[in-house]
Amino acid sequence: MPPTLFLEQILNGVQFGLMLFLLAAGLTLVFGIMDMINLAHGSLYMIGAYLTATFVGLTGVFWLGVLLAVVGTALIGMLLELTILRQLYKRDHLSQVLATFALILIINEVVRIIWGPQPLLLSAPEGLSGPIEILPGLNYSAFRLTIIVVGLIVAVALLLLVNYTRAGMWLRAGASNREMAQAMGVPIKPLFTLLFGVGAALCAIAGAFLGPILAVQVGMGESILILAFVVIVIGGIGSIKGALVGALLVGIVDTAGRAFLPMLLSQVASPEVASNLGPALASILIYLLMAVVLFLKPQGLFPART
Amino acid sequence: MTRSLWRYLVPLGLLLVFPPIAYATGLEFYTGLITKIMIFALAASSLNLILGYGGMVSFGHAAYFGVGAYTVAILTREGVTSAWVIWPAALVLCALLAFLIGSICLRTRGVYFIMITLAFAQMIYFVVISFRQYGGEDGLRARRPDFGLFELSDTALYYLTLAVLVAALYAVARLVNSRFGRVLQAIRENESRAAAIGYPVYRFQLVAFVIAGTLAGLAGLLMAHYTQYASPNLLAWQQSGHLMMMVILGGVGQFWGGVLGAAALLVVEEILQGFTIYWQLGVGLILLLIVLFAPRGIAGLFGRRGS
Repeated sequence: MPPTLFLEQILNGVQFGLMLFLLAAGLTLVFGIMDMINLAHGSLYMIGAYLTATFVGLTGVFWLGVLLAVVGTALIGMLLELTILRQLYKRDHLSQVLATFALILIINEVVRIIWGPQPLLLSAPEGLSGPIEILPGLNYSAFRLTIIVVGLIVAVALLLLVNYTRAGMWLRAGASNREMAQAMGVPIKPLFTLLFGVGAALCAIAGAFLGPILAVQVGMGESILILAFVVIVIGGIGSIKGALVGALLVGIVDTAGRAFLPMLLSQVASPEVASNLGPALASILIYLLMAVVLFLKPQGLFPART
Repeated sequence: MTRSLWRYLVPLGLLLVFPPIAYATGLEFYTGLITKIMIFALAASSLNLILGYGGMVSFGHAAYFGVGAYTVAILTREGVTSAWVIWPAALVLCALLAFLIGSICLRTRGVYFIMITLAFAQMIYFVVISFRQYGGEDGLRARRPDFGLFELSDTALYYLTLAVLVAALYAVARLVNSRFGRVLQAIRENESRAAAIGYPVYRFQLVAFVIAGTLAGLAGLLMAHYTQYASPNLLAWQQSGHLMMMVILGGVGQFWGGVLGAAALLVVEEILQGFTIYWQLGVGLILLLIVLFAPRGIAGLFGRRGS
């Protein structure tokens, strides 16, 4: 196997992992602090992608479209928190699962009514559509490289926000012990609304940048939601650091598995078996990873609660 | 005869006389719908056994449902026609699968349990759709097997499903009121206390998990007979969510929760599908309103505890 191909797949893995991190970060904080299972998190990702496609089409400028979509999705996220999700904090996990599952159905249909059943076209900005040479002999898609850069910037900003600001301190306090944080005077209500806004904005960024690579269509939120849940369970619920490590792990294992497993299998088994089993094994690899992690460390890699 | 017994006999009698009446009045479509409702009632009740009575929130129950259906499809495809082989094979396979998955998953708790059961269901989903000779993502045709004693027509399937459902519900009712069921509920209420008294918590939960998995496999088997087709959708995580929705809607840990939830959800879906292509919007709104305003499910609305 040529090393450039290997490197390219690893970069693809990092790129996907960073976008997963944006989704997982909001999810893990909501989960860790409010003890709330929000299945509708993936819907915000879908809304982000649809808004981006719409605003890019309206303004003709990719970055302006992304900015408007991020703001719009954040507002929608906060609106959801204020109207519906807020009622669910005190309810058990099952009610939360049912209510947010209902929200998925509602949002999917509303999106279908507004934008129609056909997938939307969202293409990468023109200047970034070609490949660039990042190493001698290694051409890599400029847009994917941009995603990595954007992902890294947002991840660093988020880590700084959580670790070095007052709001971040409140968040961490809430994640490790909610009642105690409340008793010490953390303004929980506005903090939660703000957190939902930030989580929704992160979803929108992921949706905007994955949209041109994957497809902008109804149902895109659910498939990635499961991956985001796998990430936060591997990383440890409530931990931003865990979400980052888990996301990169899942992104790289998933991408590399899909690229290399069929190839490796074809060397030890017959081509027919390899072509059958390769994709299946690659698809279950991350779930296998999660099962092994949970078996060895039932609280995830970086448990937030001690 | 006591009043409570009538409460069971009247619906049962109505269900028994329904197919000929439907046939006579040209409403045969509804015989099929009720068959489907009964199948999902069985699947949802099996989930309610571990979710409601055992407190084990399995998000991977579609695995057994789908494996039951796929066993029928694959075996008939391979030339096995006798139901007397296919049924035991499917049930044993689902029981073994539930044993294997349960013995690993039950080492975790809470949200981690939800996620790891989901992970195993996803693994099974991807493995099954990778077999191209068995249809891959298109699913696989499942012939109705040969029962020897009778031809499995749509009406026969209706009565077969009814018989299986009644027998399974009776067994579950006996089970949850037995010593085993009481211990299971004690574990749900307070696991460490149950362990401290000396009950082997893990073993009790595992047995319940295996029983629920087998019953879900039984439902899947009937589903394959009903649609004569094993679809990957039966294995998908949305199916697990669908079953969970039925249980929560009907009433978690209420004996009739699974049955009521399955009937309510499927009927609502059927009605809304007749009105609009955006029927999921209506389903979503109804579910949301129920969670916000009727937290104990439909069984809870009647104001008495079923257990």
